[in-house]
Amino acid sequence: MALVPLSRIAMARSGDKGEGSNVGVMARSEVAFRFLKRELTAERVRQHMRIINHGPVKRYEAENMRLVNFILQDSLGGGGSASLKTDAQGKTHALAVLRMVMDVPQEVLDATPAG
Amino acid sequence: MKKREPVLIANGQGFWGDSLLGPIRLVREGPLDYLTLDYLAEVTMSIMQKQRARKPDAGYATDFVKMIDRVLPELVKKDIRVVANAGGVNPQACMKAVLAVIEKHGIKGIKVGIVEGDDVLGQLDELMASGEALANMDTGKPLSTVRASVTSANVYMSAFPIAEALDQGAQIVITGRGTDPGLVLGPLIHEYGWKKTDYDLLAAGTVAGHIVECGAQCTGGNFTDWQRVPDMARIGYPIVEAYKDGTFVITKHAGTGGVIDLATVTHQLAYEMGDPKAYLGPDCSADFTSFTLEQDGKDRVRVRGVKGAAPTPTYKVSISYEDGWKAVGQLTISGPDALAKAKLCAEIVWKRLEMDGCKFSDAEKLVEFVGANVCHAGIESAERHDSTEIVLRLGVKGRDKEKIERFGYELVPLVTSGPPGVTGFAGGRPHATEIIGFWPALVTKPRIAHKVTVVTAGGS
Repeated sequence: MALVPLSRIAMARSGDKGEGSNVGVMARSEVAFRFLKRELTAERVRQHMRIINHGPVKRYEAENMRLVNFILQDSLGGGGSASLKTDAQGKTHALAVLRMVMDVPQEVLDATPAG
Repeated sequence: MKKREPVLIANGQGFWGDSLLGPIRLVREGPLDYLTLDYLAEVTMSIMQKQRARKPDAGYATDFVKMIDRVLPELVKKDIRVVANAGGVNPQACMKAVLAVIEKHGIKGIKVGIVEGDDVLGQLDELMASGEALANMDTGKPLSTVRASVTSANVYMSAFPIAEALDQGAQIVITGRGTDPGLVLGPLIHEYGWKKTDYDLLAAGTVAGHIVECGAQCTGGNFTDWQRVPDMARIGYPIVEAYKDGTFVITKHAGTGGVIDLATVTHQLAYEMGDPKAYLGPDCSADFTSFTLEQDGKDRVRVRGVKGAAPTPTYKVSISYEDGWKAVGQLTISGPDALAKAKLCAEIVWKRLEMDGCKFSDAEKLVEFVGANVCHAGIESAERHDSTEIVLRLGVKGRDKEKIERFGYELVPLVTSGPPGVTGFAGGRPHATEIIGFWPALVTKPRIAHKVTVVTAGGS
């Protein structure tokens, strides 16, 4: 096991969805996807983003894209033009999630090329 | 009419404000059958309604007309058709302006088509009287609660009317509000004669449209591993190479910058994604978990096996309304002790406003110390407050415009009456601007009618 940022084994893209944002996390390998399916829970993402997102977190999976998709339901400080925040559209939320430090087994790291 | 396979459909404009070079380079740097352009955001419709209220021949994307003026000779020479939602809330005026440009170039016989019917601002009361609650999809509240402040109301239209305009020979099709993927789906329906019940095919066109709808966001823009994206300055805009059976390849012109691979395409597939199993549109529900992606040579990703299902019996309506006022201003504060001084500055502003009877609640104000981890607040691995300078960003919002304006006066004075090293006030005093609220709702399909009009330039 080694402590690494999530970005070591995954990539991500985020965007706005009403008063919230979505963060799609894409594993860099099949092995990493299996690990993330188990470990990257909605609760873990909610905890990690708790200062940015004040609402619940929903989670979806898509095997064909090795994707775990999260909806952060109240992360923009109001939707549309009501937000006063610099990142009113959640453009940087993908990178925020990728900063999560995870304890990743060596075999997952060995099977996953870094970006 | 020329039928062909594959069909090459590019998107040269991902949003209102995208680079002017996108469409120009797509037309010039390689082969193309269709150029699609997206000019509308939710806030755009509200702005355009106001423009039209002041001036009856305004309310559309004037940038589009300038673009046509620039590329028209090449469009004609290469027989490239254009589909754009540039009509905003006034497709007729947009068509008139485009026809004038075509005449100016002395080109005859070009057909321009418009799709109307999405703008239901004038029909809202009628719709509500006939039993459409137009309740807010997020909160469930009926539209009557904000009816008096509504500024625009537009239905996300089907892609079939776009195909209808193309069927009638339009080389340029201008629409009002439609879905972004519909700009790609419309030409595919026209080219391949896809039917309203061909749900898998309609879903394939929708997925293709979703991948290219944000322009360079699928060719290496906004990409996690940005270090490996070559020549981003000349990044290629995306092209769908589409086949009749619904398979398609995402690619770009040879020699352009950027990357198209499984990772860059998947990034865009995940953009603004909700439930990947049910991506709802006016013509079908697309299953984003159903297809396979494969690399098909350099800068080519093939997508096959897209599954779809019948659409819902309703259209989505995007309604905007006036929802108060806001103002945001910023100052730059140099070190030493940049963060401590920025915090003091923020405190001074709120205190001085209070001294003049102007108090904002926590929910009405915002303080950001840009440079001290604003974007990733609360994430431990990002917490390092050692910036040598800080941008102090203060904002307020509320119902009372005068109170919001009053805030603007207390920012710049910090230069002479706050701690040392305060600068960067070049933007001057921040002013109150309107907050546009969004009200997503549903409307029963039979209540909405579309109208297609095709006119020949320089002809009758």
